[in-house]
Amino acid sequence: MLAYTARRILIMVPTLLAISLIIFVIIQMPPGDYLETYITELQSQGEAVDPEKIEALRRQYGLDRPLYEQYFLWVLGLLQGEMGYSFEHQLPVNDVVGDRLWLSFLVAFSTILFTYAVSFPIGIYSAIRQYSFGDYAFSLLGFLGLATPNFLLALVLLYLANVYFGTSIGGLMDEAFIDQPWSWAKFLSVLEHLWVPVVVIGTSGTAGMIRRLRANLLDELQRQYVMTGRAKGLPPGRLLLKYPLRMALNPFIADIGSLLPQVVSGAAIVSIVLNLPTTGPMLIEALRSQDMYLAGSFLMFLALLTVIGVFLSDLLLAVLDPRIRLEGGATK
Amino acid sequence: MNDRAKAGSPVEHYVNPAPFDPHRIERMTPEMERYYMAPQWRLVWWKFRRHRLAVASGLVLLVMYVSILVSEVLAPYNLHSRHMGFIYAPPQSLHLFHDGRFVGPFVYGFESRLNMETLKREYEPDPKRIQRVRFFCQGDEYRFWGFFTGRFHLICAAEGGTLFLLGTDRLGRDMLSRILYGARISLTVGLFGISISFLLGITIGGLAGYYGGWVDNLIQRFIEVVRSFPEIPLWLALSAILPVTWSPLLVYFGITIILGLLDWPGLARAVRSKLLALREEDFTTAAQLMGASPGRIIARHLLPSFASHLIASATLSIPSMILGETALSFLGLGLRPPITSWGVLLNEAQNINVVAIYPWLMLPVLPVILVVLAFNFLGDGLRDAADPYK
Repeated sequence: MLAYTARRILIMVPTLLAISLIIFVIIQMPPGDYLETYITELQSQGEAVDPEKIEALRRQYGLDRPLYEQYFLWVLGLLQGEMGYSFEHQLPVNDVVGDRLWLSFLVAFSTILFTYAVSFPIGIYSAIRQYSFGDYAFSLLGFLGLATPNFLLALVLLYLANVYFGTSIGGLMDEAFIDQPWSWAKFLSVLEHLWVPVVVIGTSGTAGMIRRLRANLLDELQRQYVMTGRAKGLPPGRLLLKYPLRMALNPFIADIGSLLPQVVSGAAIVSIVLNLPTTGPMLIEALRSQDMYLAGSFLMFLALLTVIGVFLSDLLLAVLDPRIRLEGGATK
Repeated sequence: MNDRAKAGSPVEHYVNPAPFDPHRIERMTPEMERYYMAPQWRLVWWKFRRHRLAVASGLVLLVMYVSILVSEVLAPYNLHSRHMGFIYAPPQSLHLFHDGRFVGPFVYGFESRLNMETLKREYEPDPKRIQRVRFFCQGDEYRFWGFFTGRFHLICAAEGGTLFLLGTDRLGRDMLSRILYGARISLTVGLFGISISFLLGITIGGLAGYYGGWVDNLIQRFIEVVRSFPEIPLWLALSAILPVTWSPLLVYFGITIILGLLDWPGLARAVRSKLLALREEDFTTAAQLMGASPGRIIARHLLPSFASHLIASATLSIPSMILGETALSFLGLGLRPPITSWGVLLNEAQNINVVAIYPWLMLPVLPVILVVLAFNFLGDGLRDAADPYK
């Protein structure tokens, strides 16, 4: 087990390096840099641009160095928890980001919990009561959930809340708590607001998860060992929980790998619609204004979240399934 | 064999001169023959036909794709025609009877006034103004696919009247017409995207599966890296790269390429695992011994064996591209006007205050959901039918 864990961690390092390289290339690709955008902006406002000042800024931000040097500086900074300098906000990225990173994490984590909590019982129910009314109802709901883009669901929810309750359900905390230090009351307020984005982001993932769990469990229920168990008189509940469910759980856990990117990207766009103080809105803004280090750090953070999630799901799978542990192969 | 032969004498060897018929014992009825002799694609079709929902979805999609060929004729108005007197007009409902008398399809004309308190235009249907809908009529001018000018429409408003079945937007443009035109972009984005993803997926997956070894290893690691990116943020970043100076058409192709660039890993994996199994088959060895090149073996002998699976999985991944384009355009990072897709239309519904007052701006959601559902059902049906021998 220890060897397996070590090997998985070792695989993560090159993966993360490759990801950081791709992200750096992407944020470097737009023609020009932030300073050029800045200069044209100043010129359009009719202000004089002092070339010396620009040169000084360029030096200060390290934009005059060759690309590979910029990349290494950025990665080194990331390793030390320094995410570079945001041009637009004129502050280190760490200060700009503030609570956003961990609020993003909170939203993603709660969504995953929600997905499991909802899809697990429904998936089992749909499988053991195949073709019942409930199964059809959940299937229909699931298909609708898969087909509705979650940002539109957010919009519809906002609209309904506005029409029927006259309130705004956007945001992640009451107005009074914004920019306030963390307190118990603020935490409670966050919890109160959290359910809307969690439901919105989690819907499609939950729908997919229910379908997969149902299919897996149905496959298992047709196996002969189930028939044997039934024949020797095991009570149905125990028979279900002890064998087929355990088998069907494997893909359930392995799915974190595909669920996490989905949740993270869903969260990015839903948070824009719902105006959540997470990474999404700021990422868009940074991308629009070519604030490269801010955008890059956000992308890196989101990718890191995914990679770590996949790692955890692999570990969990290895605990659950000795075949993976012994063969040591990657699960995906 | 009738009498026992005398000992020592050779056994009489009997040969039946009649032609040999292997099916003598179990005679095949014409129906059975039809089934057993049918080529694979026909079996697939028979199996697919039994999946009612998938067939219905396929028909819905077919109708929609045919409709984009003639959007200009179907839409009551031109994509860009503005009605300055009818800004944010609500949907007009279609009536058949007036005062218990049958008039045929008509709408009540609008009585509009400006509410001086809220500064909001208010529209009131005026029961005195009966505007009969015209069919096969001359209406707004359009350039059919940009080639020639026409005025012919399937339906138009009455002379001097209006026909806003789904309301109008902030410039007084008819939503129904815009949704019909938007289908042209939204529905094709997925097709172009999937072609790119198909090309990449089959080539890369084919290389990994056929050669195995370090090529496979390298490609597997690369796929892992690509897959650990959250899709939408990466799409956002990539579409932010597209220069602002590009023409809308170039942006359209740029977006489809971006959508395709992130979709191929799933396909490549499927191709790889199938190829890994198939390259051990005897017919592959036979082809190799005859000196066929790897490219020919993959394309001519291996791919057709699981082409139906590929088509099914492609059908299942088109919806995610349509949703992706909608999301990008909704955020204003995807397509830009004057190119009109459903996402671009929804971009106007981004502000909750606008949506609360003019809820019909959210209507482009419905075709999005319909198309995605239809593709999902169709894909499910195709996947079930892809292996007809099961």
